[in-house]
Amino acid sequence: MASLAARRATDRAVKAISTGFAVFALFLLGWILWTLLSRGLPALGSNVFTQVTKPPGQGGGLLNAIVGSLIQIGIAMVIGGPIGIFCGTFLAENGRGTKIGAAARFVNDILLSAPSILVGLFIYTLLVVPFGGFSGWAGSLALAILVIPVIVRTTEDMLNLVPVGLREAAFALGAPQWKVVMFITWRAARAGIVTGVLLAIARAAGETAPLLFTSLGNNAMSTDLSKPMASLPIAIYQFAGSPFDDWVSLAWAGALLITVGVLVLNVASRLFLARGH
Amino acid sequence: MDATVDGMRSGSAEPISKAKGTGRIADPIFVTLLWASGIFVLILLGLIIAELFKGGLPALQHFGLDFIWSSAWNPVTENFGALVMIYGTLFSAIIAVVVALPLSFGIAFFLTEIAPQPLKRPIGVAVQLLAAVPSIIYGMWGFFVIVPLIAAYVQPPLIDLFGDLPVIGALFAGPPLGSGMLTAGLILAVMILPFITAMFVETLESVPPMLKESAYGIGATTYEVYKNVSVPYGKTAMVGAIMLGLGRALGETMAVTFVIGNATRMSASLFAPGATIASTIANEFPEAPIGSLKLTSLLQLGFILFVISFIVLALSRALVRSRLD
Repeated sequence: MASLAARRATDRAVKAISTGFAVFALFLLGWILWTLLSRGLPALGSNVFTQVTKPPGQGGGLLNAIVGSLIQIGIAMVIGGPIGIFCGTFLAENGRGTKIGAAARFVNDILLSAPSILVGLFIYTLLVVPFGGFSGWAGSLALAILVIPVIVRTTEDMLNLVPVGLREAAFALGAPQWKVVMFITWRAARAGIVTGVLLAIARAAGETAPLLFTSLGNNAMSTDLSKPMASLPIAIYQFAGSPFDDWVSLAWAGALLITVGVLVLNVASRLFLARGH
Repeated sequence: MDATVDGMRSGSAEPISKAKGTGRIADPIFVTLLWASGIFVLILLGLIIAELFKGGLPALQHFGLDFIWSSAWNPVTENFGALVMIYGTLFSAIIAVVVALPLSFGIAFFLTEIAPQPLKRPIGVAVQLLAAVPSIIYGMWGFFVIVPLIAAYVQPPLIDLFGDLPVIGALFAGPPLGSGMLTAGLILAVMILPFITAMFVETLESVPPMLKESAYGIGATTYEVYKNVSVPYGKTAMVGAIMLGLGRALGETMAVTFVIGNATRMSASLFAPGATIASTIANEFPEAPIGSLKLTSLLQLGFILFVISFIVLALSRALVRSRLD
């Protein structure tokens, strides 16, 4: 064994390096935010929110993309939210200890980390090809599939924290299961379930790859769900890769909007959870 | 109340809830919905696998199993193979894990043993926020900020240093373009870092204090306890965490598409532009009309990516859960 002095020197060195790594991670986050602020803020005029996309050199904004994103995320949450909460409840209540419950938990873990681009391809072969075209519906469904596993995981974890005694007390009073779940367990885990929903919205807001093959993007204003629909991530992708300076700066403005939105949702969900407990 | 008493008197085995008015109709519906949504998730995965396989089947029938081993990707002669993309996917993901791993070990050490209590949570959350930043933002940051930096300050000195050496030189061959395998791997490393770190921290915090205190008691330093007690205790779950990072890196699309250079050639060099399965699908999809051999080849690529991710993620889960169950 090395001398005490040498061991303590190693200890100090490793501590210094580890602290350095943590500082480096914070630096990376700051660097990304700084890049977004310094390039996105100058481009973030009122035109971004009030005008639709125009050909390069004529100004224009991201209104169609913002509206398209909100519509698709909204529908995705309306579809995926209930399914996710029900499936999470199933895993924590009825499915506990059953083979189907174990299988569903396994599959959900896989879906949670599976490449999102494949969900886009799946909806493409399932809906876009047979029904003859890209559509807002297809984009919404792709996003719904992506939010389900996030909600399932958080809902199950949060329901598992609810004391069994609470359920037993309700059952002992003769309450049917639907009442126990809806008025006792869901209510007790409310903060946690809302956290999952917020995190799911944050995930849906930033997803780009699955929308490439489903809602495609649209440079005109459109709220018709059966037609291709614009979205912020797709607009950013299209503009960032373009050779036109004004489009690239619009992409930065959009990138700033999305990132701030997603980070605020993440921090808010954590605060919400901390306050709920 | 009367109903329950009657029920008991008549010796009915029915649960109390069934005897209540609201429970008789609502409960079966509610329970069916719960089971249905659980089974829905199962079916969903099955459907995804089936659709991708079905979509890619024509390519498999046309090229046979050679599709996997063929390094061709020629839209003009309609000759497609998956090898270059499989290689690029694995290469970039492995670079990501190799870079992210020491960082995660260090940050987890910092968060569990060094950080003062009031700083622990804010710093932990900040590291987690790196995972919340959308993929496409990493792509733009990588493309506009990191690629020029690497081209100007990282690649030229590395090429000067190692470029002429035998064997190792192959890793550093080629012009300093900035984009390529190394850049993609570095961006991916930042993206998977929070996932690995979070699971490391979770595992390390579950180490029984008694074990650590025993080691401290015989005079071990903080680092020695970390290295010889905490990490060996959580080894299995930590390997699972690394696999999860790998699985995440394999399927990442937008960030990689921006910085990998998108060349369907295979090169041993860290600096050479390449392609991953996901980046190829995103890039070539617009030029792949419905019914074309190219489109089915892309779907077949998607199926291969799904199989690889599935294996890695399932392995990760088995390792992480083995400690819990």
